[in-house]
Amino acid sequence: MLSRDLARSAQVPLQLKVPLRFDKSRFGLTEIGCSMVQDRKSFVAWLQSVPMMLVFALFFLLPMLLVTIVSAWDYNEYEMIPAFSLRGYSDTFEGCIADLPDLCTILKTYLNTLKLCFLTWSLTLLIGFTVAYFLAFHVRSKTWQIVLTLLCTIPFWTSNVIRMIAWIPLLGRNGLVNKGLLGAGLVQQPVEWLLYSEFSVVLALVHLFTFFMVVPIFNSLIRIDKRLIEAAYDAGASGWQTLVNVVIPLAKPGIVIGSIFVITIVMGDFVTIGVMGGGQIASAGKIIETRLNALQFPAAAANAVILLGVTIMIIAALTRVVDIRKEL
Amino acid sequence: MGEKRPRSFYVLAAFFAAYVLFLYGPMIAIYILSFQGPDGGLTFPMNGVSLVWFSKLFAGTGIVDIGAAFKRSLKLGIVVMVLTVIISVSAGMAFRKSFRGASFLFYVAIASLIMPSIITSLGIALEFRLLDDFAIKRGVEGWTTAMGLFTSGLGAHLTWTLPFGLLIMFAIFNRFDGRLEEAARDLGATSWQTFRHVVLPIILPSVVGIGLFGFTLSWDELARSSQAIGSVNTLPLELQGLTTTVTKPDIYALGTLTSAVSFLVIFLALIVILVLQARQRRHGSDAGKGLV
Repeated sequence: MLSRDLARSAQVPLQLKVPLRFDKSRFGLTEIGCSMVQDRKSFVAWLQSVPMMLVFALFFLLPMLLVTIVSAWDYNEYEMIPAFSLRGYSDTFEGCIADLPDLCTILKTYLNTLKLCFLTWSLTLLIGFTVAYFLAFHVRSKTWQIVLTLLCTIPFWTSNVIRMIAWIPLLGRNGLVNKGLLGAGLVQQPVEWLLYSEFSVVLALVHLFTFFMVVPIFNSLIRIDKRLIEAAYDAGASGWQTLVNVVIPLAKPGIVIGSIFVITIVMGDFVTIGVMGGGQIASAGKIIETRLNALQFPAAAANAVILLGVTIMIIAALTRVVDIRKEL
Repeated sequence: MGEKRPRSFYVLAAFFAAYVLFLYGPMIAIYILSFQGPDGGLTFPMNGVSLVWFSKLFAGTGIVDIGAAFKRSLKLGIVVMVLTVIISVSAGMAFRKSFRGASFLFYVAIASLIMPSIITSLGIALEFRLLDDFAIKRGVEGWTTAMGLFTSGLGAHLTWTLPFGLLIMFAIFNRFDGRLEEAARDLGATSWQTFRHVVLPIILPSVVGIGLFGFTLSWDELARSSQAIGSVNTLPLELQGLTTTVTKPDIYALGTLTSAVSFLVIFLALIVILVLQARQRRHGSDAGKGLV
């Protein structure tokens, strides 16, 4: 529903009334009047969009431009120097050739980030799809659908940091899980890798961001014509076959949109990895943070450009799977 | 509903219940633990029940000045909420007609939504730093920094809340019957009257929803604020700082308090939405009721 409308709004400028304006001279007064009304209307619309354009221009587009420019500036210990230099990049890739065949720090960090990203993505997709499927196909009353969707949404409106801290009493050395395991005699010593480890990072990421999968997938599933599924059953397909051959292909746009959300969040994450990793795990986002704390802006910007490049490549690969512009 | 549920329903329902438990379980654990007795630690079992950790919070002992951060976040959240509602509704109205740069604005909003927060935050920090350098070099008197809660911080929050606001507006107008506006205009209403008396009352419940997103997203925002907030901290930033140093349940008390504000806002917003919807149903249509 939502996405169809997005298309309409996104396509609007493609059908501008340019011909009307060109025809002014050839047609009578009414045509000119009509065109003027149209112009005025679109001018008012333009005015209404100005505040949002201004905010994005000032706080998004200009900053992005500056990041790109500053990434090619020089710097010393305490300030940036507005002179062309690729030091930000060369410092980042320091030792990548010299250390061969071992991987340099930056590559190791990116590989690790990608690994966390892949784990989080597959888990959120699995859980998100199942939850969305249940909400879309098994909850029959509209009211219950709203109530249950709300139940999934409310945590999204509460603090991420608190939802991370919330794992401490459960996973800590003296946490509930360890007590349970010790009590049941399954382990002799408390399990250490439950907290401040890659395990806890992925757990927290899944906990925080499955919501971003549920919503777009639910949105795709709810639009599927139920008769298609009946037709599949009538044609003799099993439940599993219907799922794989009918439902999943039709849910692809939602899956891709959800995946983009989760992947961009995890690729740039430094808060969850910082808090749940106990400061021990490196990630692409954390490199930027570290550089910033050292006031090395050009180096931070260079890392931001690299991160953005990698993220865009992943998104491009995903959108090849399905043309989301058609769906948006 | 007489139809018998298939077996898959029960399996999926159990999965869904487990997911909800996974979502809420840990949070509930810290809410309970924040009422830990004076000798209690960070984990179960409870060592008595008390409000000690809350009173410590309010007394401001031990922890950095939480009260000030609390007020700052509240103020910023309210400003972000108001601006998000106004700017999103205005842009949402614009997207119903055609205007120059409509699809550009749409893609920028989506890009802003999915841009890794650390990059946005870094960009805004850079922008203000360069501005400061420039102003100081030019010898602007008394200039220290333009960075602050209501300049760079506000901007950083808006880049996060506005895309949500815009997407909600798209969803609203997707279900909106444009003939109502035409009718109003045919009856002689001006554009503003049409908006004020016809469009706004109809979309109001969803506009409250935009406000809810605006406030809660700002109240809990962390990643985008991290570099762009200036010298003072918002509540989530203080909380994040505490995670590495605090070993007592005061951090849970703070978490409970912060969540209480979120839940209060969610609750109020939902009540307002329900009341507005009920009123719409009552006043909505007099079709078939004969002449009034």
